[in-house]
Amino acid sequence: MTIETTAGSARRSSGQPPDRPPAGRPPRRRADPAKRRGQAGYWWYLAPLGVGFLAVVALPFLMNLYISLTSWRGGIAPVTWVGLDNYARLLADDEFWTSLYNSVYMIVAIVLVPTVLGVLIAAALFDYIGKEFGGRAAAFLRATYYLPQIVPIAVAGFIWAWVLDSRDGVFTLVLQQLGIHDPPDWLGDPAVALYSVMLVLIWLQIGYPVVIFMAALQRVDPELYEAAELDGAGWFRRFRAITIPQIRPEVFVVVLTATVASLKVFAPILILTGGGPEGSTVVPSYYAYRNFFELSRVGYGATIATVMSLVIFLAAMVLLALQRRSDRKENH
Amino acid sequence: MSRTTGSRRATARRALRGSPWRWVVLAAVGVGALLTAAPFLLLVLNAFKSSSDYSQNGPLAWPTSFSLEAFEGYLARVDFPLALWNSVTISVVVAFLGVTLGLLAAYALGIGRVRGNTAVVAVLLLATMLPHEALIYPLFYGAQALGLLNSVWSVVIVFVVLQGAFATYLLSSVMSTVPRSLLEAAALDGANRRQVLWRVVAPILLPTMSVLVVFFFIWTWNEFYIPLVLLADPASQTVPIALSTLRGQHSIDITVVNAGSLLSLIPTVIFFVLFQRTLSRGVTAGAIK
Repeated sequence: MTIETTAGSARRSSGQPPDRPPAGRPPRRRADPAKRRGQAGYWWYLAPLGVGFLAVVALPFLMNLYISLTSWRGGIAPVTWVGLDNYARLLADDEFWTSLYNSVYMIVAIVLVPTVLGVLIAAALFDYIGKEFGGRAAAFLRATYYLPQIVPIAVAGFIWAWVLDSRDGVFTLVLQQLGIHDPPDWLGDPAVALYSVMLVLIWLQIGYPVVIFMAALQRVDPELYEAAELDGAGWFRRFRAITIPQIRPEVFVVVLTATVASLKVFAPILILTGGGPEGSTVVPSYYAYRNFFELSRVGYGATIATVMSLVIFLAAMVLLALQRRSDRKENH
Repeated sequence: MSRTTGSRRATARRALRGSPWRWVVLAAVGVGALLTAAPFLLLVLNAFKSSSDYSQNGPLAWPTSFSLEAFEGYLARVDFPLALWNSVTISVVVAFLGVTLGLLAAYALGIGRVRGNTAVVAVLLLATMLPHEALIYPLFYGAQALGLLNSVWSVVIVFVVLQGAFATYLLSSVMSTVPRSLLEAAALDGANRRQVLWRVVAPILLPTMSVLVVFFFIWTWNEFYIPLVLLADPASQTVPIALSTLRGQHSIDITVVNAGSLLSLIPTVIFFVLFQRTLSRGVTAGAIK
């Protein structure tokens, strides 16, 4: 899921001037009359993707929007126009609000914890292990942390469903051997399941910030550290005064992409808990899926999906605006 | 790390030599890595047990005897070679076609700077954030109408476009850094638009494109939601979907699913080891010097 933008950060970490707005659009340019004249021919290069985009993204999205304004049980069942009824119902739907509230937990597990841990691990690997024990040790450890990111989610989900199983799961067995006879039902107890899912998500996610931040650290001028060291700054002060500000652009990319991913989490929920027990781990994407394919409330499912898209766009825009503001502040 | 100077290394050594902290840090990071790897180690440990061994001795015990029973069980239930073929077809076609489509579109946006290019790039960026839930039902009916349901080509078409949108976004921003003088020189030499793309621009972007191919391969290989919905028929399923379909059946031994997981894991791990350098370079790619 979230490696999705590892390459997206690519350009950020290259040798560009640091004051350039990141990850966003290419800088606007003034019209160049000589170039404008010959532009018509370029449209052909845009055509293949343009046609595909209309067929696979734009049209389906608009159709989904239309479906969200209807009551439809799917297939050949009649489609009834209901206007904004589904949206009104959604606002009063407790299960939907629970799913949105659970997204906050997903943000903690996918954005907050992995980013903080990722900075610490990357700094430790790059700044300490790499120098003390050699680059190979650091590269090996980095690859280990990254492994969950390249494994199919179906496989990762299965492994954890088995490890967290209440009867003969590894967690339960280890605790029993330690003398704890009544360990929690990790995925079956409504009070615990959400935290178990969060644990799995942290495990899945951690490699992404570690790899990005380690690459970012290679970009930092070693002389900055040398100067700080000569001035007698300890490791923590160097970490706070040099490491963090220098890799700020990458931190931003990780936060943005991970936030979008955390609002879209689906497969881990489907595989680990199916939204249960007692709806305690339901997230918006899973709730939409359930309405589409289990409850045959297609119109309502489309409504949830539309609202989800809006929430994601809104979150992305807020983050982009925040970043632009902090960029400006730094340049002044 | 390549930029670490000798003198810096020496300073660091002096400062840290004999410090007990080095072992504390190594232990902390090492334990973290071990915990990360632990689920995979457990998987390997239990895939080679017979089901009776597992039920008697549990998941933590060493196998009493080395057994391939679980693998035979998995291969008897799932046509793994077919699933592998489906996955390879989908991922390879999507990776190369997606990057090609992205290159063409980015050429129009980044070099051609067609009218409204900023808006187009912004829309493509939004598309990469769009939750697949907001597309899936129309895509399902669209595939059905075209007779592509349960065909790998439905998934190929969808992901060529979705990955292509991402490639366009990334490549067009890299392209805007290609020196104008280079393009003008090529034009003066009489190169037409197509020749400029293939002989000047594409070679400059090759490192970034190769990174994208590797990432698209892995992302597409691991995709879950859209293949799950569009490929219900076992004959068209990918490796991960075949595994998760089987898991849904309750009568399956845990060791069999373990073996299936291990089999499903091996291709991505091989790919990861082969392209590890490309992947870690991926983050710093795009530097045009």
